[in-house]
Amino acid sequence: MSNTRLQKLTMDHEKLFIPFIMAGDPTPDLTIELALLLEESGANILEIGVPYSDPLADGPVIQQSALRALDHGMNLKKAISLVSKMRNRGLTIPVIIFTYYNPVLQLGEENVLKLMKENDIDGILIPDLPYEESRSLAKRCDDENMPLISLVAPTSNKRIEQIAKVANGFLYCVSSLGVTGVRNEFNENIYEFLQEVRKHSNVPVAVGFGISSSQQVKQLQPYCDGIIVGSALVKMIESKKTEILDSTTKEKAFLEIKTFVQTLVSS
Amino acid sequence: MKYQFPDHNGRFGQFGGKFVPETLMFALNELEEAFKEAIADESFKTDYTNQLKIYSGRPTALTFAENVTNHFQGARIYLKREDLNHTGAHKINNAIGQALLAKRMGKKKIIAETGAGQHGVAAATVAAKFGLQCKVFMGEKDIERQRLNVFRMELLGAEVIPVSSGSRTLKDATNEAIRYWVTNVTDTFYLIGSVVGPHPYPQMVRDFQRVIGDEAKQQFLSQEGQLPNEIIACVGGGSNAMGMFYPFIQENVTLTGVEAAGKGVHTNFHAATLTKGTKGVIHGSLTYLLQTEAGQIIEPHSISAGLDYPGVGPEHAHLKDMGRVNYESVTDDEAIEALQLLSRLEGIIPAIESAHALAHAFKRAGKLPSDQSLLVCLSGRGDKDVHTLMDTIGGAGNE
Repeated sequence: MSNTRLQKLTMDHEKLFIPFIMAGDPTPDLTIELALLLEESGANILEIGVPYSDPLADGPVIQQSALRALDHGMNLKKAISLVSKMRNRGLTIPVIIFTYYNPVLQLGEENVLKLMKENDIDGILIPDLPYEESRSLAKRCDDENMPLISLVAPTSNKRIEQIAKVANGFLYCVSSLGVTGVRNEFNENIYEFLQEVRKHSNVPVAVGFGISSSQQVKQLQPYCDGIIVGSALVKMIESKKTEILDSTTKEKAFLEIKTFVQTLVSS
Repeated sequence: MKYQFPDHNGRFGQFGGKFVPETLMFALNELEEAFKEAIADESFKTDYTNQLKIYSGRPTALTFAENVTNHFQGARIYLKREDLNHTGAHKINNAIGQALLAKRMGKKKIIAETGAGQHGVAAATVAAKFGLQCKVFMGEKDIERQRLNVFRMELLGAEVIPVSSGSRTLKDATNEAIRYWVTNVTDTFYLIGSVVGPHPYPQMVRDFQRVIGDEAKQQFLSQEGQLPNEIIACVGGGSNAMGMFYPFIQENVTLTGVEAAGKGVHTNFHAATLTKGTKGVIHGSLTYLLQTEAGQIIEPHSISAGLDYPGVGPEHAHLKDMGRVNYESVTDDEAIEALQLLSRLEGIIPAIESAHALAHAFKRAGKLPSDQSLLVCLSGRGDKDVHTLMDTIGGAGNE
């Protein structure tokens, strides 16, 4: 069922907007409300991050966000169960879980997939599980009809074809060398890279890492099928934390977040 | 059956592998190729061996610790003197090997992580020697407790980058070095200091450290006419232990790795990964580590910065599961006591890391007859630990 939702969506939409938020930051309840706000603002797919103590692929913004979420007792199991609460409140867009491999290993691959299905989740993305290490999980995901989202990087070169061939859901293209976080410039060969990826991919090609402005979205859009925004949004939420936590100013802060997201969506 | 690990997937049994972001995969594949090619090349091997000799002063001595042996009136205790290396620890063996490889690959910039600062100093040293630019990532907490080594690295021309994330120790310095490498992967060589990290690092570092065991084997045979009964080495990431054990894996010798028990393995303040840890992924490798049930990595504790690491090399994890190596643990207090004893009886001040291996050897020695022999890997000298020791044991100079 969930896979159909992701497939249908990627067929219906030309340009996907895929925001990332961290489960449990600023609080688990507010993560649910932010998810609803993002759908209302025009998000097509939602990435829910699972906080991890040692996030190798992340820059300072997501690292700090993960630490705050960990302080709220967030973990993979709780993050997964947040999604069914989002569904109960009316969330309809596909949701992807973004987690490092170690929490998956501890909960057990089979168990994670079972919980994801039970909680109406549409895919999983693991940044430290490259092609070579993901074969057994990929097989399990195929059997369960649960897309395992793959990543390709500007350094993937000959690996692009191999990875794209087995891609499911959408293909996550890392815009630049480095960790997540806002940046002014992308890899100099980004357009050639995206064209190469598109040539081999049967699923939508989405670009992430460092995208924070509508100008950047405009720049990249002709070369891809979707845009992923993480750090910029997490940073925005962090900067409005006090207002969000105060019921008298929450609505205004939510409106500002919505406006920010809408400028990216409508670019 | 021949012991032949890692396999072509970089696995030691189920352990090891390459759990890293896709961006790094090409660099690991490139490194693997370059390493394979280099160690098959006689001129590279000659160059490496020659540098160990003329620059680091190898072979290091095998010392019979006669006074300590008499003190315990049991097994004879021998020390493999890695403390006599240039820069004062075994770390230089690997640093020379990797620096030569970096040069061969045409890389001009190296980065390194460091805990106690010994690997940082080794990396800074080889960078100076072989004309490479060097950045060393070091946790702020380690910078405080190893000020001397920070100054040495700077004197050698390296840039020390303080790491303020997480527990501000070796784990976090390694995270930050990997993050930097992801960003600068095209022109930077990551010189990892222990048998940890993604394949091919655990294998490469072991192969550059096996000179310890190879030499010790020859020396022991020629001095004693036989092999030792037991070999003991401390294990943080586990490079001195792996280098020492590897040539003996298929010999009839008991092998014992000693982890840091900190304030005790029954407390939450230890770094005894193999004794108390569970399987998981850290720094790109599947191994044993200290973690919560939900898979968050726990900050370890040891008085020794070089053993203060929540993971362990994947080959040690495999050797433990195979039952080939015993892993024991020694507390902060026991290590300090052993350090003092060796200093007073033999005139050798060992690193606190190495004192963990000594402490275990001293526990064993008294229980064994005098026809038995224990070979301890004295991985480094204690000069760097003088600050910590003054704070811990005090003395007239500290009043």
